Parts: sequence; structure tokens; C-alpha cells
Amino acid sequence: MLEKGVTAPDFELNATPDQKIKLKDFKGKNVILAFYPADWSPVCSDQMALYNEMLKYFTKQDAQIFGISVDSVWCHLAFENDRKLHFPLLADFEPKGAVSKAYGVYDDETGESKRALFVIDKEGKIAWSYLSPTAVNPGADGILDALEELNKS
Amino acid sequence: MSLKPAVGSQDHVQGDDSASIEIVEYGDYQCPHCGNAYPIVKEIQETFGDQIRFVFRNFPLSESHEYAFSAALAAEAAALQDKFWEMHDALYENQSRMDDDLFEELAIQIGLDIEQFRKDFESANLEQRIEFDFESGIRSGVNGTPSFYVNGEKFDGGVTDLYQLLKESTE
Repeated sequence: MLEKGVTAPDFELNATPDQKIKLKDFKGKNVILAFYPADWSPVCSDQMALYNEMLKYFTKQDAQIFGISVDSVWCHLAFENDRKLHFPLLADFEPKGAVSKAYGVYDDETGESKRALFVIDKEGKIAWSYLSPTAVNPGADGILDALEELNKS
Repeated sequence: MSLKPAVGSQDHVQGDDSASIEIVEYGDYQCPHCGNAYPIVKEIQETFGDQIRFVFRNFPLSESHEYAFSAALAAEAAALQDKFWEMHDALYENQSRMDDDLFEELAIQIGLDIEQFRKDFESANLEQRIEFDFESGIRSGVNGTPSFYVNGEKFDGGVTDLYQLLKESTE
């Protein structure tokens, strides 16, 4: 997986059927990428639900968060509506897992993204990355620590 | 992952300072998993008695659970009348019918001064306190509810695993 100091590979992924997100458009802002295996994991311990509660903390740190999985835009839309998520989920769907692979967090066996976090600084460099065991929701303490470190310097 | 900040005078605590095992729960009153954990926490407290000190901190998932934040406010408002645990228990015992009318009904049931309760329920201080708990949870690595900490360290498991661990360690 890509580590601190490396330039984050650019990508263009669909957030909705007719909206694409380009990483390079977010230069000047901190970006959080949360790769995760699949939509529709159990409710209360759901990683995306936790981040959804934390958006104001991310905003305070001048950061935008994106969830990324290999699910399709339609699946993401249904999941976002069901869980009332207020941040974009990106579909790493075609070619399948290409962005996950570029970041070194694709699991060939399951055909899903691994559970991995990246904090990217305002110049587009990876400032922090973390690979979590797939079954463990990594929480958000590491993300906040990394963002605070960035905004200190 | 360790608890930040450590348990202090601002916390809601059941049990004695001298207890050898301190359990902290980050919970949401409307979360069904917390609701299921509630009777088991009670059983742990009964089984291990004064060996246990139990602390509850707020971690309302307001986007997932419509009444979670209001319920936390109700418990904190009750705390101002020294009845935090009465409200905490009543909320979990009535979780299945949680709605906006429940809080005053429970406040009356546990014998609160209702005018004072209404006033405190609206107070910005209580809101801040709940947000302080929530942020402390994030810093401590809470990743869902309920999350438990035993003697200041995150416990990676559910409440039944916790019960099992305590049984083994006190045998």
C-alpha cells in the first residue's frame, strides 16, 4: 500500500450516475480516502455511519472525505439513502478496483477493496495511511491525529 | 487504544473508587446493540458487585438514530437532579417505544421536577457536554456502539465477551 510522502495517484470516479469526482480538483484541501470492502455492513458498527457523524470535525480540519468501494453507483446511491450519508461514496467499479489497486489496497481473493485509510495533504501528497484488518472498523482517531498534524505545520 | 481522557469527576460513575475493574461504556440510547447490552451490563454489576466500577459516556449516532441525541439530553438533564442512572435505565428499558413524548413521561416517572427538567433539556451546556463525550470517544478509538474500555484500554469484543473475560479473570 502507498505510504506517507508519495504523491497520491490521481483518479476520476463516479459519485453518482452523472457526477464524477477528480482527486486533483481537491488540491488546496485535505482529503480523506476511506477504502472499504462493501456497502451494507451491519448498522451500528458501520464505518461509514461513524464518519457521517463526524463531518463537522473533518470540516473544521479543512478536509473532504470520500468512501471508496467496488460497488456500483446504484448500489452506493441506495446505501447512501438508506443510511442518510452526507458525503460521497465513489464507485471503483470499471475497470474494477483500478483505483484500489493503484493505492495498493485491492484484495485479489475477495475482489473487494481492503479496509484502508489515506489522508492526503493540500499539495496532493499522502500524509498518512493505515491498513486495518478487514473485520475491524478502524474508527477515526488516526484520521483526526493526521489532520491535526497537517494543520499544525 | 486507551481512554482519553481518563475517568474523572465529570463522569457518571456507579460503584466505588476502590473497585479493581473499571468498565467504561460509550453508548447510544437508541442503538439496539446498546439496548441488548444493557441487561448484561446489569448482570455483570450484580455478579461482580463492588469489584466493578461502571461509567457511561454519551456517543449518540444522531444521523442513524433520530432520538439518540434527545435521549442523551434527557439523561444529562436528569443528572442535574441527581437521577442520571434512573433515567439511563428507564431509557434503555423503554427503548422500543422511544419518541419525543417519552422523555417527559420518564422524567415524571422517576420523580424529576418537570419544570426544571424542561429547562435543562434545552440548555446549551448539556449539548456541549454530550459533544465533549462524543469527541472523547473518537479520540479513544470508538468505532461503533456500544464500545467498552476496561481499566482504560479498549476492549475488542461485545458485552458477552466482556462477561466471559471477567468470569475467567476473577475465578
